[in-house]
Amino acid sequence: MKAPATPLLSIEDLSLVFRTRHGTVRALENVDLTVERGEIVGVVGESGSGKSVMAYAALGLQDAAAQVLGGRILFEGLDMLAAAPDVLAATRGREIAMIFQSPRTALNPIRKVGHQIADVLLEHTAVRRSDLRQRAIEALARVRIPDPERRYEAYPFELSGGMCQRVMIAMALACSPSLLIADEPTTGLDVTTQAVIMDLVREMSREARMSTLLITHDLGLAGEYCDRIAVMHAGHIVEVAPTVELLQRPAHPYTRQLLASTPTPRSSIDQLVSIPGQLPDLRSDLPACRFSARCERHVSACDERPLPWTVISPQHAVRCRVPL
Amino acid sequence: MTFAGFARNAAYAFGENRLTLVSVVILAALVLCAIFGPLIAPYDPLMTDGTARLVPPSAAHPFGTDALGRDILSRVIVAARLDLGMAVIAALLSFAVGLALGAIAGYFGGWPDRIISRVMDTIMAFPLFVLAMGIVAALGNSVLNVIIATVVINLPFYCRFARAEVNVRREQGFVEAARMGGNGAMPVLVNHIVPNILPPMMVQVSLNMGWAILNAAGLSFIGLGVRPPTPEWGIMVSEGASFIISGEWWTFVFPGAALVLAVFCFNLLGDGLRDLLDPKRRV
Amino acid sequence: MHFFWKRLLGTIPSLIGVVLVTFVLSHALPGDPAAFFAGPAANAESIAEVRAKLGLDRSLPVQFFHYADDLRRGQLGNSLTTGQPVLNDLIERLPASLELTFFALLFAVAVAIPLGVWAATRPDSMVDHACRALVSIGAAFPTFFIGLLFVYLFYFLFDIAPQPLGRLNEIMYTAPPRITGAYTVDSILAGEWSVLRASLAQLVLPSVSLGMFALAPIARITRAAMLQALGSDFIRTARASGLPARKILFSYALRNAMLPVTNVLGMVFSFLLGGSVLIEQVYGWQGVGAYAVNAVISSDYAAVQGFVLAMALLYVLLNLVIDLIATAIDPRVRFES
Ligand SMILES: Nc1ncnc2c1ncn2[C@@H]1O[C@H](COP(=O)(O)OP(=O)(O)O)[C@@H](O)[C@H]1O
Ligand SMILES: [Mg+2]
Repeated sequence: MKAPATPLLSIEDLSLVFRTRHGTVRALENVDLTVERGEIVGVVGESGSGKSVMAYAALGLQDAAAQVLGGRILFEGLDMLAAAPDVLAATRGREIAMIFQSPRTALNPIRKVGHQIADVLLEHTAVRRSDLRQRAIEALARVRIPDPERRYEAYPFELSGGMCQRVMIAMALACSPSLLIADEPTTGLDVTTQAVIMDLVREMSREARMSTLLITHDLGLAGEYCDRIAVMHAGHIVEVAPTVELLQRPAHPYTRQLLASTPTPRSSIDQLVSIPGQLPDLRSDLPACRFSARCERHVSACDERPLPWTVISPQHAVRCRVPL
Repeated sequence: MTFAGFARNAAYAFGENRLTLVSVVILAALVLCAIFGPLIAPYDPLMTDGTARLVPPSAAHPFGTDALGRDILSRVIVAARLDLGMAVIAALLSFAVGLALGAIAGYFGGWPDRIISRVMDTIMAFPLFVLAMGIVAALGNSVLNVIIATVVINLPFYCRFARAEVNVRREQGFVEAARMGGNGAMPVLVNHIVPNILPPMMVQVSLNMGWAILNAAGLSFIGLGVRPPTPEWGIMVSEGASFIISGEWWTFVFPGAALVLAVFCFNLLGDGLRDLLDPKRRV
Repeated sequence: MHFFWKRLLGTIPSLIGVVLVTFVLSHALPGDPAAFFAGPAANAESIAEVRAKLGLDRSLPVQFFHYADDLRRGQLGNSLTTGQPVLNDLIERLPASLELTFFALLFAVAVAIPLGVWAATRPDSMVDHACRALVSIGAAFPTFFIGLLFVYLFYFLFDIAPQPLGRLNEIMYTAPPRITGAYTVDSILAGEWSVLRASLAQLVLPSVSLGMFALAPIARITRAAMLQALGSDFIRTARASGLPARKILFSYALRNAMLPVTNVLGMVFSFLLGGSVLIEQVYGWQGVGAYAVNAVISSDYAAVQGFVLAMALLYVLLNLVIDLIATAIDPRVRFES
């Protein structure tokens, strides 16, 4: 398959910090990532590695304390970090949609879920007010919510977590976006619901030829649903590869540790290894390779800046001087 | 750093605490007036002077004189004792009673809790100032009864606060340990729980003090408790009120300003103490 | 539907408590009430007669039963000062107090909520600090003192306010025919616009001075609740969905923030009903507060007790209304009950 000339989303050399009372948090550094049309890309890393920060930046929704030091984010040619607020608002929800973890708090607790979907439709589409309700019910029906007319009238607290996530997906897909960002969409849901929700996300992506950026700390989940996976560690993307290749031939020591700590149907609990060490404090002075303190392959060359990308195969690159 | 950013940080780091400091200094001055008032006051606060009625502020009378020629500055200074005294006594009494009742309700639960909470709910079912009026009317018009009324209407705040704090702490490890060590309920409450809730309760006292002053002064303003010619800020404002439409503003402005100052400083102090104790609860 | 009845039932303990307290207060009169009511010229015999007439020779539970029964029939006794049944006096004057309290609340809400929202959208900015300072200063002013200051400034010095003597300048205007008893409403009903204007003009200073004290609690809670709402997950969702900032601020964040705000309204009404007594005194307002102050000063116990009871019942009712509003705002409350 030949990739089209320009990817749908490309994050190029993005560096972002948070200025806080307690120091500067270097949340993202020289992050590169692309999402092609119709592709499902996973971003995997421990909690605190900067996945969500990257996702919000892709929507142009950074926190007030955030400062972009360099790089850009292009979505269909639109620079998400420089565009005017109204252009961004028109893009969000229509072209790029996002779903979150803990769907029950992600919905307005005192507004009927149907109205929340209708709000988005009203904002982004030319739907007539008289058709609004019908369109929102259709959106609910599309994610196969049983009895959508009744669910339209429900408040979030009347629905289960899984049902709320379906509503979130219905809302996200209501305007047929070309990119869906799913930030830990199944964290906090029970295992069967997780699978149902992920199958739904995949099916919707395929059906609408929508690209999806799936953010998760669970490499197993990403391995099951993604075409390509980027591994993130402490604000760096350390490895990018097609899923099969990444799972079979990880090149970064961190990826290998992630793999070893991921349960598979065939592994038993006691075979799992937890990743040694912790994420470095992002407020401290950080070495060129932020994994070096946890890495048994660390050599003195690792401390030289800049840390280059090593190309393993055309689609597989790793940011490590001593790849596996 | 931008100027706005700098100003913001300066205001944050310096402002709040400095204001607390200022309020402490002013309160100390008021307390001095309360203690040594008659010695500090330039005139006898009760001395009338038929030749110097309604004199505007001047060098001899910085706050002017009232309709009977009494020096308003002296009256304002001497009144501090009564105003602060009533509020402090009332606040401390309701603090003590509220703490005791709240601790019992929170620690034992069950029917003592139900009864105490019901009584507090009933007090709160009244507009509090109106209840205070009713209490003073029923018990008789005296300073003591104004204090009692103020105690009653403040009680629910302390009691509920203490109850909630005790309830949380009852399950904590060190209390469990003390109980396991064979301590009875009372020793555990008095030695282990109450000392821990005293600091937040003290914050509550200083936040409440301003309100206690306002209530007592309000009751005096409508003629309850203190009687003329006793100097008291509320009654002085009420006496001065009749001279507004003839423009003798100093008769009511200075005693009123004293009230505002005292209440404002207690509020600032309370806010400052709360920030010190629990920065997260700032609103 | 059934939550309404539940709330209504929930006020019964408060009502019982209120009646009990007023009963206790009526029996806490200094000295012997029978001797008091029998008057100075009474002898032992006539005192005993009065005692029997008042039912004071019965046991306390029986007395309480009679007391509650009297209340049920609207028997609050006669006022010593007006010679009228206390109930009539209260009904006569209550609309004036309610009108004043309503406009004070209107002022407080109309100023404090926008202020709180404004401060919350710019936390820790100069605007925020200025709002906070302003509101704290307002909270330190005794209601009666603000009232007098306003009279001095706006009536005496600047001469832009009407005479602070009651609800209407009776020399230039005649009160509208009484329907509700509130001059503003009655003058609208009667179509007397000049009277409406005049009565509104009389209302401005009293209601602003009364509402001033309520600014602080409302503004503070609005700010805190807005900050919390703006930081919550569903606002993030709304932003990520590209909803316009205005819609996010008002129909998403503010509506959620209104719940804590309605919850402090109970406290606010407690202030307002108490403060109205003082303000009525300052502005010669012929409401129940001024009536009660006279009654207290002249030891007119029946009138004072009637007033305390009426205010407490009103307050219980207002709290019920607040509860119902909270229920209307937040569906979760509706379903919990
Ligand atoms: N608004 C913020 N202010 C300061 N630090 C932040 C902010 N948002 C995120 N961070 C920091 O950025 C890092 C990455 O966070 P995040 O993207 O949420 O991680 P995750 O990979 O779990 O989604 C964390 O160290 C976090 O503390
Ligand atoms: Mg995250």
